[in-house]
Amino acid sequence: MIAEHFPILVILTPLLSAILIPLVGMIRRQLCWHVAFVASHIGFLISGWLLLRVRDTGRISYWLGGWEPPWGIEYVLDDLNALVLLVISFIAFMSVLYARKSIEAEIEPVRIPAFYSIFMLFVTGLMGIVITGDVFNLYVFLEISSLAGYALIAANRKKEALLASYNYLILGTIAATFILIGIGYLYMVTGSLNMADLRERLPSLYHSKVVLTAFAFFTVGLSLKLALFPLHVWLPNAYTYAPSVVSAVMAATATKVGAYVLLRIMFTVFSVEFDLHVVSITSILLFLSLTAIVAGSVLAIAQTNIKRMLAYSSVGQIGYIVLGATIVNETAMTGSILHILNHALMKGTLFFVAGCVIYKTGIKDISGLKGMARRMPFSMAAFTIAGLSMVGVPLTVGFVSKWHIALGAIQADMWYLVPVILLSSLLTAVYFGRVIETIYFSKEPGAKKSGSGLNEPRGRAGVQEAPFGMLLPTLILAALCIVFGAAASTSVSYAGAAARLLLGGM
Amino acid sequence: MDLIVGKYNYWIYIALMMIGFYAMIAKGNLIKKIIGMNIFQTAVFLFYISIAKVRGGTAPILWEKAILYDNPLPHVLILTAIVVSVSTTAVALALIILIYREFGTIEEDAILKMQEIEPRRRTDSQQ
Amino acid sequence: MDVIHSATPLYAVAVSLAASVLIALSGRMPNLREFWTIGASCIKFALVLSLLPDILNGRTIECPLFTVMPGLDLSFRVDALGMGFAITASLLWIVTSFYSIGYVRTLRERSQTRYFTCFSIALSAALGVAFSANMFTTFVFYEIITLCTFPLVAHKESAEAMRGARRYVVYLLGTSIVFQLSAILLTYDAAGTLDFKNGGIFPETVASAQLIIIFVLFVAGIAKAAIMPIHSWLPAAMVAPTPVSALLHAVAVVKAGVFVIVKIVLQIFGVDTLAGIGAGMPLAYVASFTILVASVIALRKDNLKARLAYSTVSQLSYVILGVALLTPSAILGSFLQIVLHAFGKITLFFAAGAIYVASRKTEVSQLDGLGRLMPFTMTAFAVGAFSMIGIPPLGGFLSKWYIAKGSLEASELPILLVIAFSTILNACYFMPIVYRAFFKKAQTESAAAHAAAGHGTMAWAGMREAPALMVVPLVLTAIATVAFFFVPSIMLDLARVVSADALGGR
Repeated sequence: MIAEHFPILVILTPLLSAILIPLVGMIRRQLCWHVAFVASHIGFLISGWLLLRVRDTGRISYWLGGWEPPWGIEYVLDDLNALVLLVISFIAFMSVLYARKSIEAEIEPVRIPAFYSIFMLFVTGLMGIVITGDVFNLYVFLEISSLAGYALIAANRKKEALLASYNYLILGTIAATFILIGIGYLYMVTGSLNMADLRERLPSLYHSKVVLTAFAFFTVGLSLKLALFPLHVWLPNAYTYAPSVVSAVMAATATKVGAYVLLRIMFTVFSVEFDLHVVSITSILLFLSLTAIVAGSVLAIAQTNIKRMLAYSSVGQIGYIVLGATIVNETAMTGSILHILNHALMKGTLFFVAGCVIYKTGIKDISGLKGMARRMPFSMAAFTIAGLSMVGVPLTVGFVSKWHIALGAIQADMWYLVPVILLSSLLTAVYFGRVIETIYFSKEPGAKKSGSGLNEPRGRAGVQEAPFGMLLPTLILAALCIVFGAAASTSVSYAGAAARLLLGGM
Repeated sequence: MDLIVGKYNYWIYIALMMIGFYAMIAKGNLIKKIIGMNIFQTAVFLFYISIAKVRGGTAPILWEKAILYDNPLPHVLILTAIVVSVSTTAVALALIILIYREFGTIEEDAILKMQEIEPRRRTDSQQ
Repeated sequence: MDVIHSATPLYAVAVSLAASVLIALSGRMPNLREFWTIGASCIKFALVLSLLPDILNGRTIECPLFTVMPGLDLSFRVDALGMGFAITASLLWIVTSFYSIGYVRTLRERSQTRYFTCFSIALSAALGVAFSANMFTTFVFYEIITLCTFPLVAHKESAEAMRGARRYVVYLLGTSIVFQLSAILLTYDAAGTLDFKNGGIFPETVASAQLIIIFVLFVAGIAKAAIMPIHSWLPAAMVAPTPVSALLHAVAVVKAGVFVIVKIVLQIFGVDTLAGIGAGMPLAYVASFTILVASVIALRKDNLKARLAYSTVSQLSYVILGVALLTPSAILGSFLQIVLHAFGKITLFFAAGAIYVASRKTEVSQLDGLGRLMPFTMTAFAVGAFSMIGIPPLGGFLSKWYIAKGSLEASELPILLVIAFSTILNACYFMPIVYRAFFKKAQTESAAAHAAAGHGTMAWAGMREAPALMVVPLVLTAIATVAFFFVPSIMLDLARVVSADALGGR
């Protein structure tokens, strides 16, 4: 009956592999990647199984060590976090696939075992945050993933990465400590740490100042963690200077997990009534998320470095996730949850491509991409797909989530949000359009172009693609951007179930 | 008055927290930031210990006099948090050592200034 | 009304999409590549034609594809209105293909493979718009047209071409995202569906203020129809190679725009609903304004293509004017105008391109005496111009006749005056060209013209025509323009079906 223990195995697999990898590394360094690959693959398969199981039978509760909640730690899987768990484990799997070649180019061989070990710890932390049903356990996993994250960013040889990592550490610690304080206050008044238990105990205490303070600490701490504008300052440097695969996995998962926790705390530990009527936090976050959407896009337009542009774009996209949640109706919430999935796919692809380009050419600036479509046609096709998806072109994933968020805004009679959402799509179109135009139309610097009419110089000789190991995950993610955009019924129904869960039958 | 004297432990926690927080944000020296971080976290530990205290309670150990005892759970939680805090400090110090090796200083302003000059010099040398 | 299920519409759309792949792959074998283009265009036309008898018998053909997400389907439905557009587009594509081959080979354009690939996709998308069964499908193909014609407009990759192309894409993409998409969202929210239906889809409960907002957003969102003040992308897109301009102005882009507006008027709102909220006449006046102002601007343009561009802006508004009048004859007239203007305008553009290829002349003032050098081209041009003006033995007369009749049915005398006055203006900007070509003596030939002559041009008996591949198509389209007047039966039959469908039992 091993299947009963899947909720803990999905955490243990990466955790054990994190211990195993350095040991294996002492014997043969090349094997480390294989261990990480197998572990992340198992993690992905188990989370896939768990999601299907949750869809079949509903909420899964796993008692750690057999201790009954609320005393013991409980791992819970429901419609919401099973989905997020699958996203994380999938992106982690793809990233490990991608990391092999990418990391060889960016990190000294001696450190490779340590890198994979920390990488798996990072994944463990993220998956733990998602699966746990205990607020203190959540804090512990949050710190595991954060500490691993600081180390991963600093793993790059660049010295800018060190300071970026350090700043992230300071702000990340502030965020985590705020969350810790919030947990303390909640424990003080309820005597419980179990999320489900807290939900039952809290309503009678909604007007207690302690609860309000706890909520405030949670909100600020989590906003910092998920880089909600204006608490995003750590993000651009961290993403820009981290190794390519780390940027990808962080952009695709870490901030998403932050968003997940915010949803979890706001809507399931506290409740919709509390958010709307007691603290009216939704209107504050609504305003912040609108600012984030616009500011993120505008700042992205101003960037010349590809990865930094993508990082600022993330700031804007996080705004969408929060926006969808703060409109507080089912359609918008569905859009918000879809955007967690969709943005992971899009940003994962984009950062993967940025990594491919850096691997092959060392180019980091947008202007360097001139005529790149001839040299790296597949990577650039993936970039184009993901870029169009970010803009929200129909039949791509970006459209599906934006459609839901905008429709939700109309249904909630918040008409004024629609122009903001669409205008920011336009801004997104500006900065991705610029890159795509550079890729396809600008002539390669130094390349001799003659207006040779019929037979064009289009030989395979000019093609210098990234290695297959990097290209494959990039193309898989790009393909999924279209698959989940063109046939979105499944993901919409999953996200819809999660949204209903969050809104508690509203 | 009762609010001030009766809950002095909480006031201490708030004061420590503010001191730590201030140091983390405002200090330019990377080590001082870490010291601030430790103060900040310690304040939170104190807070947890405070909420665990039961008036007139004994240490939560199994012995015959322990009829009324403090809540042991926050103690356990804070043991975990201390471990986390120590690890964070370790990672931070490791980063500072690396930063010092690369930049030769641990003053944030100086490092930022160097980073500003750096790219310009690099482009100069290319030309 | 009978409904037939058939996959033919899908094949008709897909055939040029498949061709685009083949074209892209056979870039190194120009003859094979051109074979695909020609082959696909002929098959496409045959497929479209095979649907015609059913449509003329008053049936509609449905072809649902797949569900993107609940409520949003990608699906085709062919009715008489779409049929007219599809026949025009697919027939003209055959002609344009031959012409394009002649044009790019004579001028030895670069990136010919990209050119033909994008051309094929554009045609697929145009047919997709023609056949779409709901507003979502329309929106998808509308965006595809914009994106795949961008490389065509930017074809020369000069600074000017890039500027024009950027303006092109910003206007089209920008308005479609900001206005059209919000209109679609609002429509979906109000009506719960996006499926086209004769007589409109809005329930009677929707407030008329809301309908007016949606209507205005739709009209503003379809910049492809080039209604003032969002017309300026059209002249800017003149930097494209001439066959592309012909495609933009006669077949795919602007026609798709006006077609979508007609669709929205007849099948989203419905004639009765629009008449109820009184949105028809304001639109008619906006269209009248565009007709007159664009004609005046055309009068002042010396560049031949620019003059034709403004003429397009003006002529397209006839279509809008026709449907806005909401009377049977006017709707019939605007349907005819979609078709007939396409043939007339493509002749004019073909002629302009032939003149450029044969003698490198681009300005109206350079055309003196060209009628003797290029008798076929200039005769065809004259025929096209007369059709534009609406002189009786030519197709253009029919559409103007019916729209004018429609204005009388609606008892709108001012509109009749607008039509009369604009006919005079049309004559004013077309007749001088014809006059110069045939009755003025040529000035001394410039050195540039001499240099351009020679290679690839037919030269006998003092004639300096463009290659046969270009001259034959334009003569054919000119003949078609004449033929429409004498045997208008098929188009007129289609138009009657359209008009009857739109007005229900009236």
